[in-house]
Amino acid sequence: MATTNLKINGKEYSVDVDPSTPLLWVLRDHLNLVGTKYGCGVAACGACVVHLEGEAVRSCVTKINRAAGKEVVTIEGLSEHGDHPLQKAWEQVDVPQCGYCQSGQIMSAAVLLREIPNPTDEDIDLAMTGNICRCGTYLRIREAIHLAAEIQTKLK
Amino acid sequence: MNIPTSNKKELKNVTSQVFKASRRDFLKMGGLLAGGFVLGVNFFGCNEKGEKITSIAPNVYLQITSTGEVIIITHRSEMGQGIRTSLPLIVADELGAEWSKVRIVQAEGDEKKYGSQNTDGSFSVRMFYKPMREAGAIAKLLFMQAAAKQWQVPVAECDTAAGKVVHRRSGKSIEFGKLVTTAQTLPIPNVKDIKLKERQQFTMIGKATPIVDLHDIVSGTAVFGIDTVVENMKIAVIKRCPVLGGKVKSYNDKETLAVPGVLKVIPIKGGDIPPTIEKPLSGVAVIAENTWAAIKGRDLLDVTWDLGEHATYDSAQQLEELSKEILKKGTIRRNRGDFDRAKVEAKKVIEHTYIAPYLAHGTIEPPNALAVVKNGKCEVWAPTQHPQGARDAVANALGMPADEVKVNITLLGGGFGRKSKPDFIVEAALLAQESGLPIKVQWTREDDLHHDFFHALSVQRITATIDQNNQISGWNHHIAYPSISATFDTSVLQPADGELGQGASDFPYDVPAVKVETHDAKAHLRIGWLRSVRNIPQVFAIATMLDELAEARGLDPVKQALELLGDDRAITFDDEIVDGKYGNYGEDISVYPWETGRMKKVIEKVAQEANWGRKLPAGSGLGFAAHKSFLTYVACIVEVKVGPDNKISIPHVHYAVDCGTAVNIDRIKSQFEGGAQFSASIALKSEITVKEGAVVQNNFDSYQIVRMPEAPQQIHVHIIESEDKPTGVGEPPVPPFTPALCNAIYAATGKRIYKLPIDLKG
Repeated sequence: MATTNLKINGKEYSVDVDPSTPLLWVLRDHLNLVGTKYGCGVAACGACVVHLEGEAVRSCVTKINRAAGKEVVTIEGLSEHGDHPLQKAWEQVDVPQCGYCQSGQIMSAAVLLREIPNPTDEDIDLAMTGNICRCGTYLRIREAIHLAAEIQTKLK
Repeated sequence: MNIPTSNKKELKNVTSQVFKASRRDFLKMGGLLAGGFVLGVNFFGCNEKGEKITSIAPNVYLQITSTGEVIIITHRSEMGQGIRTSLPLIVADELGAEWSKVRIVQAEGDEKKYGSQNTDGSFSVRMFYKPMREAGAIAKLLFMQAAAKQWQVPVAECDTAAGKVVHRRSGKSIEFGKLVTTAQTLPIPNVKDIKLKERQQFTMIGKATPIVDLHDIVSGTAVFGIDTVVENMKIAVIKRCPVLGGKVKSYNDKETLAVPGVLKVIPIKGGDIPPTIEKPLSGVAVIAENTWAAIKGRDLLDVTWDLGEHATYDSAQQLEELSKEILKKGTIRRNRGDFDRAKVEAKKVIEHTYIAPYLAHGTIEPPNALAVVKNGKCEVWAPTQHPQGARDAVANALGMPADEVKVNITLLGGGFGRKSKPDFIVEAALLAQESGLPIKVQWTREDDLHHDFFHALSVQRITATIDQNNQISGWNHHIAYPSISATFDTSVLQPADGELGQGASDFPYDVPAVKVETHDAKAHLRIGWLRSVRNIPQVFAIATMLDELAEARGLDPVKQALELLGDDRAITFDDEIVDGKYGNYGEDISVYPWETGRMKKVIEKVAQEANWGRKLPAGSGLGFAAHKSFLTYVACIVEVKVGPDNKISIPHVHYAVDCGTAVNIDRIKSQFEGGAQFSASIALKSEITVKEGAVVQNNFDSYQIVRMPEAPQQIHVHIIESEDKPTGVGEPPVPPFTPALCNAIYAATGKRIYKLPIDLKG
């Protein structure tokens, strides 16, 4: 066990955990930030995507010591009122079915939109290929990302 | 899927009666407010003989508060199909409620209050459409009577809209909330006195309503089973025997107990044969302060197994054996005309074997359940499709009366049939009882893929004959797969009537000789039902063979399907089914007939919308399949493009659907969009194999699901306008997509597909 200092969604935390613990389980079990989901544990499904220093990472394979002292953003911190352009677009398109994978989908899409403000279908496919949706909402996800790009452009 | 288990009693011909609920009845339910008043709605059911069931149970509660808030208790499980939205909107529409003031509260699992809550078989809307409308209409009449009394005007001059009673003539209006006090003094109107809305008066039914949990989902605050927490909760991760029926012989937990955070190691008795859906598998549970410690502790467990009778099982070998078995004569299950004679007299005989693998559900939220056992009672929180089945199974396992077990239903991160089995909930309850601690059992993805209730592998052979007049004269369908029934009774070696009635024994086409035969196939895994169940392999074989027949006859497959369906009429199968009955998904076929006219209409619609028959460039093709399942008529056309490297892409999918009255257009579309993707995984990707009794695939790297780049790119859903009774849409999109894709691949490449998942290189 070791004390690790974390900065998540702008707030400081200190946790005393085994340094090999994946960030995912620290978020879920120790900090009750349960918007980030467990799906596979091997970086194969994308349900657990969070931002580490602005990059999309699979928190299920990101050991906690890698996150120490760095900026972590989870779905709970993506926007203050759940009104990030992606979240707005997701609502407008009524993307989710069961909804379980959607936090990870949105977090992956957020990095894409920052890097490529007006992504093509191919850009979206490439950025989202690591996120599985078993309900099959892929087409609405793609549509919502395009819509979010428009919303984001208007805000600028 | 309608599986005959002891705890599955479905009501038929459901109708409703509303009463004022006592305070005692509803105060127990979380989420309801004190004050306001509550209407309980009885759904009367009839048993199979048509007799009214006298034990009256209120199935839905509706509360209107003095602030005008309308609270609707929803008693079905939400797993992505949108039912938490679609049923309440039916009530709200008839009532004339303001949707923004409607709040949905999830009912706990309670058969006395809600009747069966088993959410599968695509029947929630089908069964509850009418009672939900009646419930709303009775509440509406009550409010109109209260307003009429207050205004001293005839009730008939009143109406409701947007959460108010309105008096058209004077222009007066009053909010429901302000009428609560008066309404409470009035007798509840009789269902005979209500007037349901005319179709054109609907404000929500037949339109698109966003799901109620939308904002919570996108902001990460929606609560799934995995997110539930109680004070002092511990996590359990279980090492289960890799082989069905195997048992723990001995184990060494020394290293496990040395992991910081690991508290206890508890063996779980289990591994019974038949496995049933409620008994745990034999294993060893690691209980820890947190999930990671439990997973690490489990990795270090050293367990010696007695692997049991299935230890040498190999799925590839079983497929080989079944491929030989189906060449023999089988048990005749449906017989029309004289197939043998048709074969002798045929001008051409086409015969093929069709093979499909085991599939796992792979809900992205793996099974999990939280249980607290205290003072002779057990409370459970779980993502379950079948709360009452869970309650009974837990009560049974713990040896306590069912009344002492409370099951709270969370959102489900996918269901697809997996979460109607309560085995994982029983594990949590047993461990909570044994340890005296609140326990959440967490399945890892590996656990999920290794120990699922699998969609069974299958081998089928179809022999079809074409006579001298170029007509299809005979159809002989041989079927072999382990039955779901074997999970409950190992003596069952052949498909049940309910399984055959998913495409095979209800083959609807007008062919003079039809013979369906089944063969023995032993179950070596826990076999379960997966979204659309046996329709998947059966329709894969049937609809690809029909395409091949059309080609052999020089006919267009769409035209052939229309011709084979014949005149518009209702068809039945019972006279031809041998020693059995056609299940019709649990519904009386005189109430829900098999109508060829409706099937033809969806076929014509999809052909027109997809511009069937158009020329496509080399390497591209269109494929067609049509299939009725779960009482819903569906036709599908897939456009495929196959690259020189055999890379398959799917630019367009067209569906036409007749599901009777459409309740929530947007959720019908989303079920079809998702159904196509689900089927695309089956067609292109997913396969479970077994070696030495154990599942080979460990995770989503080896058990593959379609991802965005390979997913169908545009899915067009054409809904037939209908005033018929509504039928479900959760499962019906899945079956026809796969054969339509196979037929499209043939059109594009000249290669027929006889084995799933599709491998063009093989």
